[in-house]
Amino acid sequence: MTEAVLLIENLRKSFGGLVVTDGVTLEIGPGELHAVIGPNGAGKTTLIHQVSGTLTPDDGRILLNGTDILPLPPYERAKLGLARSFQITSVLPRFSALENVALAVQARSGSSYSFLRPAAAEAALNDEAMAALAEVGLEHRADIVAAHLSHGEKRALELAIALALEPKLLLLDEPMAGTGPEESERIVTVLKKLKGRFAMLLVEHDMNAVFALADRISVLTYGRVLASGEPDAVRNDRAVTEAYLGEELE
Amino acid sequence: MSFTLLLIQTLNGLQFGVLLFLIAAGLTLVFGVMDFINLAHGVQYMLGAYLAVMFYAWTGSFVLALILALLAALAFGLLLEFTVFRQLYDRDHLEQVIATFGIIIFLNQGVKVVWGAAPLNLPIPDGLAGVVTLMPGLTYPVWRLVIIASGLIVALILYFLVSQTRVGMLVRAGATHARIVSALGVDIRRLFMIVFGFGTMLAAFAGVMIAPILSVEPGMGDSVLILAFVVIVIGGIGSMRGAFIAALLIGLVDTLGRSFMIDILRLVMPPSPARTVGPAIASMLIYVLMALVLYFRPAGLFPAKGRS
Amino acid sequence: MTSLAADKPVPRAARFNVGVALMFAVLALVPFAAAFGPESYVLGLVTRVMVFAIAALAVDFLCGFGGLVTFGHAAFVGLGAYTVAIAGAHGVTDMTVTLPLALIVSAAFAYVTGTICLRTNGVYFIMITLAFGQMAYFIAGSLAPYGGDDGITLPTRSTLFGLAVFGNDRALYYATLGFLVASYLLCRAVVYSRFGRVFRGARENPTRMATIGYDVFRYQRVGYVIAGSLGGLAGFLLANAAEFVSPAYMSWQRSGELIIMVLFGGLGTLYGAIVGAASYLLLEEGLAGLTENWKLIFGPLLVIIVLFARGGLVGLAASVRARFSRD
Ligand SMILES: Nc1ncnc2c1ncn2[C@@H]1O[C@H](COP(=O)(O)OP(=O)(O)OP(=O)(O)O)[C@@H](O)[C@H]1O
Ligand SMILES: [Mg+2]
Repeated sequence: MTEAVLLIENLRKSFGGLVVTDGVTLEIGPGELHAVIGPNGAGKTTLIHQVSGTLTPDDGRILLNGTDILPLPPYERAKLGLARSFQITSVLPRFSALENVALAVQARSGSSYSFLRPAAAEAALNDEAMAALAEVGLEHRADIVAAHLSHGEKRALELAIALALEPKLLLLDEPMAGTGPEESERIVTVLKKLKGRFAMLLVEHDMNAVFALADRISVLTYGRVLASGEPDAVRNDRAVTEAYLGEELE
Repeated sequence: MSFTLLLIQTLNGLQFGVLLFLIAAGLTLVFGVMDFINLAHGVQYMLGAYLAVMFYAWTGSFVLALILALLAALAFGLLLEFTVFRQLYDRDHLEQVIATFGIIIFLNQGVKVVWGAAPLNLPIPDGLAGVVTLMPGLTYPVWRLVIIASGLIVALILYFLVSQTRVGMLVRAGATHARIVSALGVDIRRLFMIVFGFGTMLAAFAGVMIAPILSVEPGMGDSVLILAFVVIVIGGIGSMRGAFIAALLIGLVDTLGRSFMIDILRLVMPPSPARTVGPAIASMLIYVLMALVLYFRPAGLFPAKGRS
Repeated sequence: MTSLAADKPVPRAARFNVGVALMFAVLALVPFAAAFGPESYVLGLVTRVMVFAIAALAVDFLCGFGGLVTFGHAAFVGLGAYTVAIAGAHGVTDMTVTLPLALIVSAAFAYVTGTICLRTNGVYFIMITLAFGQMAYFIAGSLAPYGGDDGITLPTRSTLFGLAVFGNDRALYYATLGFLVASYLLCRAVVYSRFGRVFRGARENPTRMATIGYDVFRYQRVGYVIAGSLGGLAGFLLANAAEFVSPAYMSWQRSGELIIMVLFGGLGTLYGAIVGAASYLLLEEGLAGLTENWKLIFGPLLVIIVLFARGGLVGLAASVRARFSRD
C-alpha cells in the first residue's frame, strides 16, 4: 500500500459548546482528488483551517506524508508542501497579480533575507510566476493590481498562488464560490488539468464540478463524515441523498 | 510606621485608580463603540477643571460650579464632535491621532491664553476639607474619600446603564459588532453622539473632582491621557469591566510603587543605588505591567469578543 | 490597521525620482545660500531637519510599508544619542567606536522589544511600543551619573581617528546629508528587495503570508531592527548636532511627532518622510517666530491637513498635479 499524502485521524474541534469537527477520519492518496461536500456550517472550512494550521484541533492526528504536522505552525506546514486557497478571497490587494504569485515562488526558492537587490528584477521568479498565472489563464492580467481584478479573476489568482508553491497537497476551499458559470467552467478545466499532479482536497458546493472532478467524495454533516467513497457510491447512498444531495441534484 | 503608611497609600492608589477609571471609561467606550482614537479626551479633563475654577469664581458654590462645568464641557465636547470628530470616524486611526493631537496642541495653548499659564486652585467644598480618623492614628482627607466614593458610584451607574438599558445594549453590541448594529437600522450617529457626550462628561467630572487637590494647569490632561490609554489597553479595548479593574490596578501599582520601591530595592541592594534606581523603576512600573499583560494576553485582560 | 493609501498600488521597482534628486540637490546647496545670512542658525536648523528626516524615514519604513505603527520610535533616537554621550563621558569620542556602538545598542533594543511587541497588533502594538518608549525615557531620567532628568552635555563632537571632523558646522551638515541620502537609498532598496516584498506582504495579509510559508514574525522583527538602527543613527547625529542629550529626546510626544511628520509628508513614500520632517519643523520654527501663541495656529493646521489633504503633502501635490494635467 502506498503511503497516504494526507491522513486525518479522529479529528475533533469545538467552539464553546458547538462541536464542529466530530471525529473526522479521512485519507488522501497520491494524486488523488478528494472532495468534501456538505451543507453550510457542516465544518468544511474549519477542517481545512485545522489542516493548514490556522486553527488548532482539540484532539486527533494529522499526518502529511507520514509527518505529524499538528505541532507545526502554518508556515512550516507550507514548507512541507501544503498549499491552500481561501473560501473568502485572500490575496494581497495592493500587489499586482504577478507579484502575488512571485511572492509564492520566492517562498520556496532561495532565501528571502536578501535586502538590496530588487525582487521585481529577478527573471527566475517572474518566469515561474508567469507560468503559474498562465495555467489559470491570467497571464494577460499579470500587471493588474489584485484589488482591481474581477471576483472570478481573484479566485483564479488564489489558485495560481497555490500552484506556484508546487505543493504536494492542495487544499481548495470553494474555489468557485461566487463565480459565474463561465468562470467556474474555466476553473473546472484548470483543475482537471492539474489532477494527478498532486493530491487535492476540494471543498465545493457546485455538485456538477464535484462529480466531474472527484476520485473520492466524503460527505460531512454536523462535523461528522456521513459517507465516504467513490462518486457513484456516494451518489446512491440513501443517507446522503436524504441528508444533503436530494435538494441539490434535482 | 509602615502599616498605616501602606493603608494610606492604598487609599491614595484607589483614589488615583478611580480617577483614571472616570477618564478611561469614556475613552474605552468611544474607542470600542466608534473605533475612534480620541487623544483630545485628556483635554476634556483639563477643561472640566478649568471650567469649574471659572464657574466657582462666578458663583462661589462648588455644586453649581460642578454642574455648570459639566454642562459647558458637554456643550464644548458636542461642538467638537459636530465640527471635527464626525469627519474622522471613518478615517484611519493614524489620521484620528494627528487631528486630535492638533486639538490638544490648540487647547493647551488656548487655556494658557484664556486663564494664564500659572497654576490655579479650586478650594475644597466647605465641610469636606478636613480629615477623618479611620483608625486610631490613621487620618485621611475627606475629599479623597469623596472622590473614591463618587467614582465607585459612577462605576455602578455605568454598570447599570451598560447592562440594563437599551442604549447600553447597543453600546455593548457596538463595541464588538459595529457594522451589524448599524445594519440593524440603529441611528449610529445618534448613538455615537450619546456615547461621546457621556464620555466627555465623565472626563470633565474627573477634572472637576481632582481640581481641589491638584493644581489646575495647561497640559494637565496629557500625562493622564497616556495613563488612560494604558488602562484601556490592559483592560481590553471596549470593555468597561476591564477598564475598571485595570484602572484600579494601575492606580495601586503606580502609587504603591512610587512610595515603596526604594524600600523594596533596599532589601536587595545598598541604599544609595536603591535611591537612584528606585524612582526610575517606580515610574516605569505601569509600563512594565502593560508590556507583561500584552505579552501574555495580546488583546488585554478582557478582550471584547469579535474584535481583531 | 488600514492605511492611508489603501488602494494605491505599490510600485514594482524603484525608479529614479527627479523630485527626490532635486530635494537632495537643494539640501546640498543650502550651506552656500546660508553663508549670506545667519549661517550657523540655518545650518543648525537644517541639520536638525535632516536628523529627524532619518528618524521619520525609519517610521515610514515601519508604518507605511510594514503596517507597524510605532509610538515609541523616539526611544531609538534617544538610545543612539545616549550611547554617544555616555561613551563621551568615559572619554570615548571616536566615531569609529561610537557610531557602530549606537547602531548596535539600538538594534539590540529593537530585537528584544520587537520580540515582545510583535506578538500584538493594531492598537495594542501602538501601545506596547509606547510602553517600551516610556521605559527607556524613565531609565534615561534615572541615569544620575549622566545628568538624570537634566541631561548631559557632550565633551566634544565625535572625532574620526582623533580628528575633529565635526568641528565645523558645515562638515556636520554634509555628513548628516550623506547619512540621510544613504538612509533613503537603503530604505528604498530594502522595500523593493525580496525581504521588502515579504515585509510589505505581511502588512497586507499576514494569514496569507503564513500559509504560503513565511514566518511573518521573524521578517517583521528584522524590519523592526532595521528601523531601530536607523533611529539610532539619527540619535548619533542628533547628539552631535545638539552637543547635548536629555531624556526629553525619548518622550512620547517626540515619538508622536515622528508619526505626524510621516503623515504630514505622505505615508508609504519614503521621500514623504523627508518632506514631512522638513515642513513640520520649519513650520514650527516659522510660526514660533511669528507669534508667541503659534500653537493656536499649528494645532488647527494639523486638523485641517487631516481633513482636507489626504495622503499628506505628497498626496496633495499629486492630486494638484493630476488636476492640472487633466485640464
Ligand atoms: N471562530 C469560530 N467561533 C465559533 N464558531 C465558529 C467559528 N468558526 C466557525 N464556526 C461555526 O462552526 C460551524 C462550521 O463552520 P464552517 O465555516 O467550517 O462551515 P462550512 O462547512 O465551511 O460552511 P460553508 O459551506 O457555509 O462554508 C458553523 O456553525 C460556524 O458558525
Ligand atoms: Mg466554508
